[in-house]
Amino acid sequence: MTLDAHIFVERDNFELDVALTAEPGEVVALLGPNGAGKTTALRALAGLVENNGEIWIDGVRVDREPPEKRRIGVVFQDYLLFPHLSALDNVAFGPRCRHVPRRQAREQAKEWLSRVGLSDHVRKKPRQLSGGQAQRVALARALAAEPKLLLLDEPLAALDARTRLDTRAQLRHHLSAFPGATVLVTHDPLDALMLADRLVIVEEGRIVQTGDAATITAQPRTDYVARLVGLNLYRGRAQGGTVFLADGFPLVTAAAQEGEAFAAFPPSAVALYASRPDGSPRNTWPGTVTSVARHGDALRVEIAGAIAVAADVTPAAAVHLGLEVGREVWASVKATEVRSYRA
Amino acid sequence: MPAAAGLAFLVLPLAGLLIRAPWSTLPERLTEPGILAALRLSLVTATIATAVCLVLGVPLAWVLARTDFPGRRLVRALVTVPLVLPPVVGGVALLLVFGRRGLLGGWLDATFGVSLPFTTAGVVLAEAFVAMPFLVISVEGALRGADSRYEEAAATLGASRWTAFRRVTLPLIAPGVLAGGVLCWARALGEFGATITFAGNFPGRTQTMPLAVYLALEQDVDAAIVLSLLLLVVSVGILAALRDKWVTA
Repeated sequence: MTLDAHIFVERDNFELDVALTAEPGEVVALLGPNGAGKTTALRALAGLVENNGEIWIDGVRVDREPPEKRRIGVVFQDYLLFPHLSALDNVAFGPRCRHVPRRQAREQAKEWLSRVGLSDHVRKKPRQLSGGQAQRVALARALAAEPKLLLLDEPLAALDARTRLDTRAQLRHHLSAFPGATVLVTHDPLDALMLADRLVIVEEGRIVQTGDAATITAQPRTDYVARLVGLNLYRGRAQGGTVFLADGFPLVTAAAQEGEAFAAFPPSAVALYASRPDGSPRNTWPGTVTSVARHGDALRVEIAGAIAVAADVTPAAAVHLGLEVGREVWASVKATEVRSYRA
Repeated sequence: MPAAAGLAFLVLPLAGLLIRAPWSTLPERLTEPGILAALRLSLVTATIATAVCLVLGVPLAWVLARTDFPGRRLVRALVTVPLVLPPVVGGVALLLVFGRRGLLGGWLDATFGVSLPFTTAGVVLAEAFVAMPFLVISVEGALRGADSRYEEAAATLGASRWTAFRRVTLPLIAPGVLAGGVLCWARALGEFGATITFAGNFPGRTQTMPLAVYLALEQDVDAAIVLSLLLLVVSVGILAALRDKWVTA
């Protein structure tokens, strides 16, 4: 149940060009901002939009097959449970389409519903189910059709924060039990990090970075990813322990590096001062506060200057410095906090 | 004021029918064999015509609503032609095609020995021709209103187009199909022009209620009123019975 796909979809002024692989049992997350083409990629895999690339599952080319022949299960963002059928008949739909006798199909459906913890909701119609329950029925329905590849489109996006937490944990459990490959689409980094073995970051129809959670969070390669994982990210040319940014700004880093490189540090590593701080080989520059917003227990302060930077400060420090939009401050980052890696 | 006038214009003739009805002799008149035969023929032919329209019209509506092909707008316009065409013209057109010397009629007669004009089957054909647009337009509207992504979901579960249509789409648009069916049936029940042109006016065979009304009007006005009243009661009764359940617009 290996997936090896090249997705190429052309629209009016949008081009999606993505190569995607997934091993049996592997969960791959397509992560990206809205409009990046994630859902289109999923629909192309399922055969719901025309794909000019190639899709191979277990060495068999399926991209010329209609959706019903592909054995690719989909959990849609709004689930699309058939409103006129009970939860049981929704889940039995897949087996029935494969000509499993009615009674047997219902037995299988019952088993799937009990596996997702919905034995008591077998007879209910979709409109009688809560969001979390509907999500689980949708998952059971997709799995009951015994797909070779499972696709999930923003599986948790329609749920409220609390349900989301529970459902995410359950989903993780069910995905690990699924023998085939799984591709899930999300714009929520937490979903991706929690559910996926491997992340594929898509921006504007192209893959910009792939890797496991640890690599992506430690070494983001685009502004979008850096924002997702909460890092300040810069690109420049490294010479020894300094990365020179595009406009010549020198950023002193923890370790030596040569050539094109990224430099990254967390907002919590940035210290702010009312006036120029004294001495020491640090990175220090003046700037203007452009926004102040709550961020967990701290305040996230955006500062424009020689380099744009996000800093996390305590509310007490913010009061002490009189931080507000338009305030002139000095930012400083210790060299030991700045990680550099090859671009 | 214009609204009140409009209402009066629509309701007054019906009230006139009720006022002029020969209530005292109603029971005997209603049980006259000619009337019952006409009523039965009308109900049977309108129902069969509706069935024909469902079988042919629903797939046509699906094609119009779900597929895109060059000339789709033209096809859609053609479908609605019988809606605006004077029924008599429809009857003449049917004669030209299915008549004994018609384009298809000659072949049908020679090959199968089937001749449609001036038969009960001809009545069904004429009624279906006139009534089908009502069904097609109604079902097409229901299909456009239904979320086609349910069909996609069904496909990813392994359903062929036909299975997806039968098990998912059709149940979802059932109210629209029923509404279209009722409209279609009512139109078929009232059909006059195409029927008398194509199928003639033979009592017991092709003389439906509207034809009987027209004929009775020339001989016995009271009989015509009774027949009209009966037709009115049947139509309104069906509409009322279904409206509560399904056809709430």
